[in-house]
Amino acid sequence: MSQPTRRAVLTAAAVLAAPTIPRAQPASVKLGILQPVTGALAQDGDLGRLGAQLAIEEVNAGGGIPGLGGAKLEMVFGDARSTPDAGTQEVERMQSEGVCAIVGGFASPICLAASQAAARYGLPYVVDVGVSDSIVTRGLANTFRFAPGFGKVASVALDNLATLNDAAGKPAKTVVLVHEDGLFGSGLAKLMQAELPKRGFEILDTVAHPTPARDMGNIALRIRSLAPDLILPSDYYAEFVLLARTLQQQRIRPKGIYGVLNGAASNYRFVKEFPTLAEGLLDCNHWADPRNPKTQALRQAVEARGKSFAYNVMLNYSCVLLVADALSRAGSADRARLTEALAGSSFSGHIMPYGPTRFVGGQNEGASPVNTQVQGGDIKVIFPAAFADAKPVFPAA
Amino acid sequence: MYSPAIIAEAVVNGMLTGAVYALVALGLTLIYGVLHIINFAHGALLTCAMFAVWGLGALGVGPYVAIVPLVPGFFALGYALQRFVIGPASRGRDGNVLLVTLGLAIAIQNGLLVLFHADTRSLDAGDAFEVVAVGPMLLSQPRLIGFAVAVAVAVLLWALLALTDTGRAIRAVAREDLGARLVGIDVRHVFAVTFGLGCACLAVAAGLLMPSYYVNPRVGEAFVLIAFTIVVLGGMGSVPGAAIGGLAVGVVESLSGLFLGDSLGQIGVFLIFILVLLLRPAGLFGARA
Amino acid sequence: MRGWPILAVLAALAAVPAVTSDNIALNFMVGALIVALAAQGWNLLGGFGGQLSFGHAAFYGTGAYVTALLQQHGVNAWAGAALGVAAGALVGAVIGFLSFRAGLRGSYFALVTLAFAEVLRILANAAPFTGGAAGLLVRLDVRAANFQFASRVTFFYVALGCVAAALLLTWSIGRSRFGAQLAAVRENEEAARALGIDAFATKLRAITLSAAITAAAGVLYVQYYLYIDAGLAYGTGVSVAALLAPVIGGVGTVLGPVVGAVALEGLGHLTRLVAGPVPGVDQVLFGLMLVAAIAFVPGGLVGRRA
Repeated sequence: MSQPTRRAVLTAAAVLAAPTIPRAQPASVKLGILQPVTGALAQDGDLGRLGAQLAIEEVNAGGGIPGLGGAKLEMVFGDARSTPDAGTQEVERMQSEGVCAIVGGFASPICLAASQAAARYGLPYVVDVGVSDSIVTRGLANTFRFAPGFGKVASVALDNLATLNDAAGKPAKTVVLVHEDGLFGSGLAKLMQAELPKRGFEILDTVAHPTPARDMGNIALRIRSLAPDLILPSDYYAEFVLLARTLQQQRIRPKGIYGVLNGAASNYRFVKEFPTLAEGLLDCNHWADPRNPKTQALRQAVEARGKSFAYNVMLNYSCVLLVADALSRAGSADRARLTEALAGSSFSGHIMPYGPTRFVGGQNEGASPVNTQVQGGDIKVIFPAAFADAKPVFPAA
Repeated sequence: MYSPAIIAEAVVNGMLTGAVYALVALGLTLIYGVLHIINFAHGALLTCAMFAVWGLGALGVGPYVAIVPLVPGFFALGYALQRFVIGPASRGRDGNVLLVTLGLAIAIQNGLLVLFHADTRSLDAGDAFEVVAVGPMLLSQPRLIGFAVAVAVAVLLWALLALTDTGRAIRAVAREDLGARLVGIDVRHVFAVTFGLGCACLAVAAGLLMPSYYVNPRVGEAFVLIAFTIVVLGGMGSVPGAAIGGLAVGVVESLSGLFLGDSLGQIGVFLIFILVLLLRPAGLFGARA
Repeated sequence: MRGWPILAVLAALAAVPAVTSDNIALNFMVGALIVALAAQGWNLLGGFGGQLSFGHAAFYGTGAYVTALLQQHGVNAWAGAALGVAAGALVGAVIGFLSFRAGLRGSYFALVTLAFAEVLRILANAAPFTGGAAGLLVRLDVRAANFQFASRVTFFYVALGCVAAALLLTWSIGRSRFGAQLAAVRENEEAARALGIDAFATKLRAITLSAAITAAAGVLYVQYYLYIDAGLAYGTGVSVAALLAPVIGGVGTVLGPVVGAVALEGLGHLTRLVAGPVPGVDQVLFGLMLVAAIAFVPGGLVGRRA
């Protein structure tokens, strides 16, 4: 979208939002955190909320928002109940409680609907995960996505896969794609089907399965009969666990299992519960910079609470810090100024390997996924080299 | 195209999975046959049973051993639910029963969410990955055990209905509850016993599923529609029908999954379901409609 | 039933924006009205006709999808909405024709409708032209010509207008010859047939009208949230919501679905307020209150007392 239009929308938003600006310096600033903590996505929403909460605690413990005279952040939590309409309802509630911005959403449909509802009030909305690219192509001035979308993730995943394969002397030529049949899995599969052949891989088969799936026996059978060099699964946690267990049971040992945004392959819970299944798994996913000391501090804080250090935690933690920084620079909780501060932000105090933020049309251009591999019971970053804390092991022994 | 060996394996896998489906459906068909209600809480109760197996597993009790205490436990739970909640709340009206079970399903599922959170959990049972090689086929050991136990339970249930006094009372109530009432059968007790039996079947199914499956508060949903299909296919209320229907649905699902992909493959089961209903509503094996 | 309670309820609803300009309240009311409309459709077939459907999502989803799809192909939103309702009615007629000709009733009819809705859900999730799993977005372009309104109040009145039209329709059906035939078929199909009523045609007409009303609810949904996917359109949750509201409000009564929908949505909000931050507690309360409602108010809020 062109710059003037964007500014025009911002001005309009400022006019709309004007009556709600508090006159006096607020003692605290309300920040809306929207996550699905009930329903099908509850597991992810729970982790997202934790990340946001830890960031808010950190900001407040560190003396609040400097640009607002040390105002504290106050969380206004909304349960999106795993559906877009419930998410929209919560946006309305947050609006009436006077939040300065909303962070979260997790699933693309929730992000799409909730950011649109927030746009009516010129309320800044920072998407935590929502990978669907339509989130940032609708031209909503209030919507920002800190993390990479589908297109970016798929192209980085395939580039890295090609690099990995080339470095090992091209042991892998054939692949089978396994994906869940929702927006996330199908969207990725479509992109990869178009791109894999260009990078010299032959796709033997693409298998979609529903979520929840009752049985992975058939998929394992198909894979066994095709005997691919690589399996590329894009599934949520439970289905991937089922798939991995079935593959092991059927003694299917490909040269590599390379997940893309996989729900389990870079998940400490999986690594802890099924160490033998997890060992050697490759994944291209959202992941924090392991060399950043804040990452290690956050990991300890999360694990101290008995939770898994998942990408939801990392992203929501970072997104809240991003908003806190923008608030400080805006010097006010005014929505238009906050939106402007977000749009012009070059924030590098987060823990993701993105470098300083740079938003173009609402998308953080620096955002990129990394490649992880489970090695020795830990999740290591293997690509890109600048952030890596381990060397890839490929093909599997 | 797939080699005959693969297709054969898909068929066998389908039957092994289908046996556990059948067990879930047995409880449902029994409740339908006697109480003439569609029990919407069936899936939530299955989830309950699976969490119970998981919980006992955390205490060191294996999933198959867990079945032993859970069967009477779930029988009692089912009996109490029907006798003290569903029966009184619905006042004998079918439409109400359905809604009461729906309300219970929502309450149970979310109660589990409150207690256990949304996390997906699985048992890391030692033999979960064991396979038995039959010719070129690698058959999952927990599935084979599941199949054997499911068949045994179906036979036991059939024997219970055919040969015992309780069974005769249940069959009498199923056929004509007014008549049964007149000859002095305590219909409310029979209803509750039937509901208890249905829940006991779920406890067995849970013990058989857990070694190779996972549990989270919503897991039961995946089995409910399949169980409805089996009940219809087998003829509502028919125990042998549910057993055979379960196997058939397992095979159809497996084959349509193999050829159409697991996502679109689900359609195979529903299309059969619709066709059976439209063409032979009494079910393929059911005598009574 | 006399007309004045209906007018009173409509007047009370119409006054909502005058009492509060609070967007939470309006958003809540729009959500409740959409459910109410879907439920009114269900009530026509399930309440007046005695055919309990578990698959009204099939109609709701078709209305929503057709409206969204046509707009993607450049059709005007209002025309798309009208065609969406027509498509929903057509799906209703086809499902009705197949199931009633096969003589399905009671639980069998309930299950076959459930299966039809599931088949549509799986197809919508897999077919490329429905956007597959990504669903369909309606372009945000707030103009009345696009069936999108800057103010929630306007949308509220549009939704209320639809609910009012459905109320009027059910009220007049209740007093018409068709209504009497429908009641006869519900009470005893054989007896109705003996009286010379074409039971098949009567039921077919009922399901077609019923489907059209529920499809209109789907149209409203997609125009309000501007997004639809297979689960939102054809999911079992939709079918259950459409059935629950009349049962709580009073099956086979003109006002039941509307009262039930507002009561249920209100109950949902209330339990969320009471339950506090632990996820799931509100739903447990909701489920238990549903059981309690059936135990203590079995005829529904506006229904006859048992």
